[in-house]
Amino acid sequence: MKRHAIYGLMAEFENSDELLIAAQRAREAGYRRMDAFSPFPVEGLADAVGFHFTRVPLACLIGGLIGCSGGFFLQYWPSVVGYPLNIGGKPYNSWPNFIPITFELTILCAGLATVFGMLALNGLPTPYHPVFNVSHFELATRNRFFLCIKARDPKFDLQKTKEFLATLKPKEVVEIES
Amino acid sequence: MSPEGPENKATIEPGSPFLAPGHSYASVTDKISTIVLVHGTKKGWLAGFALAFALFMLFNMAVSYLLYKGVGIWGINIPIGWGFAIVNFVWWIGIGHAGTLISAFLLLMRQAWRQSINRFAEAMTLFAVACAGMFPLLHMGRPWLFYWMLPYPDTMGTWPQFRSPLVWDVFAVSTYATISLLFWFVGLIPDLATLRDRAKQRLAKIVYGVLAMGWRGSAVHWRNYEMASLLLAGLATPLVVSVHTVVSFDFTVAIVPGWHSTIFPPYFVAGAIYSGFAMVLTLAIPLRYFYKLEDFVTARHLDNMGKMLLATGMIVAYGYMMETFMAFYSGNKYDRYMIMNRMTGPYAPIYWILITCNIVIPLTLLWSSRIRRNVLALFLISLVIQTGMWLERFVIVVTSLHRDFMPSAWGMYYPTIWDWATFIGTIGLFFTLFLLFIRYLPMISIFEMRELVHKTAEEAK
Repeated sequence: MKRHAIYGLMAEFENSDELLIAAQRAREAGYRRMDAFSPFPVEGLADAVGFHFTRVPLACLIGGLIGCSGGFFLQYWPSVVGYPLNIGGKPYNSWPNFIPITFELTILCAGLATVFGMLALNGLPTPYHPVFNVSHFELATRNRFFLCIKARDPKFDLQKTKEFLATLKPKEVVEIES
Repeated sequence: MSPEGPENKATIEPGSPFLAPGHSYASVTDKISTIVLVHGTKKGWLAGFALAFALFMLFNMAVSYLLYKGVGIWGINIPIGWGFAIVNFVWWIGIGHAGTLISAFLLLMRQAWRQSINRFAEAMTLFAVACAGMFPLLHMGRPWLFYWMLPYPDTMGTWPQFRSPLVWDVFAVSTYATISLLFWFVGLIPDLATLRDRAKQRLAKIVYGVLAMGWRGSAVHWRNYEMASLLLAGLATPLVVSVHTVVSFDFTVAIVPGWHSTIFPPYFVAGAIYSGFAMVLTLAIPLRYFYKLEDFVTARHLDNMGKMLLATGMIVAYGYMMETFMAFYSGNKYDRYMIMNRMTGPYAPIYWILITCNIVIPLTLLWSSRIRRNVLALFLISLVIQTGMWLERFVIVVTSLHRDFMPSAWGMYYPTIWDWATFIGTIGLFFTLFLLFIRYLPMISIFEMRELVHKTAEEAK
């Protein structure tokens, strides 16, 4: 991948509505590689920056299936094959008694897969990210909203993109050092 | 505040019940983060911490002596082999359940009022589960062999008995502790990023920065994050119900009169939520007073929690009624004797104090909205309910065991000073952890408060 001198351009907004409209306008203008930053989840913003489908539920499902089948097998194998014991004449495979642990392990594995899947899909932990070079960016976790068009975008042109962002009436547009 | 520039337009108009008027994104962020970052260690906090830590040391002393001498220092003996350890275990884990219920179940129900209380309720869950876990471990007598309960291919060639509720309990409680920790930590990530960005000291920046893992509030992050929270809530809600159901199975699967009953699972879950909401109030009322958080934890929140107490308290009352009714309706003489012994036997005063604390006082007073909005009254009622719920577990464990089928095997249970030291010690452990939490982490979810500001402002438009 070609290394750009700058990571992209960052426009700063006062509220979530302005950011949402700006992201939608940028998308209509043909930009594809962009990201938006907000202090709380804004409805529709992920779609506006071109992220439509989250794979977290898939991670959860896979974890749940592993937990469910693994949990049942964990009890079936010792009870039937490894160390069969006759307890009150109950069958070795007394599956109704295995349900609680199977359930708990389903929840456990699904929960672990959800959390670690979410972190992995978000690329966390990220020790270094260029957007933190933007001077006001610490306000992204307080009360300021940001739209970033990345230099990787095929339509990206430093001057033209800067002019385009200026038409969205941001507070400020800055270049992001990579 | 020159670099921050003008305040945002989204501010709260009067009339919003869950947030005081006049708040903006910036004001909620600053108000909650300064408690951690600016105010530092206050004298009141230090005094509370000293007391909690002293009790925690009492716990350590009691446990050290226990490990030296063995469980014989407790009052347990045949026929009452369970005693305080199981009473306290059930009590603490029940307290934990309200935290999960507030954050998970109310999230699924889209209840906005949970947003300002879920963080410390989740922390309460985590620390209550930690306290609960101590008791079964210590009760084993040789806690360092706890891993014998786990299924692993050992050199003895044996496996746990998977048909036993006591083994289910190991899985239920450890899953519950893990999921509670994950849920709490996931909720903290955006707030840790806020603290990282607001911190002025280098050490705080580094610590919060490492914990926030590079969170930057990207739209993609939020989409994955919100989905993960929703899924975790969906997983945690049935989990809570299953955990206390399994705890109740520890009793009901036995044939002891007073334990062997199908009403136990729902009645235990309702009791857990009852004591848990009482604990949330016990914590919330001083917190909002000492940290001036009345704007976020409003009278409406207290009122709602009072109603939750009323609802779950009535389910508990129904459980008591059914227990008594079934003892007679079943025609089983052991069951009938058990209930008569509970009401008139040597432990009768405890039973009647329990009925007073759990039914008579709360379920008469909480109907009045004046009392539900009276902070002091609600605080006292919450303490009464917790006492009552602790006594309930005592009555279930002790009165059922002490006189079962054969009079020749009857006996009495008296807790020793070490029982009390261990129990009071875990209260110290709980408050030590809780005070450290409110000192170093945001006790109210900051990003959810910003979301609440946004939603309230949108609705006002």
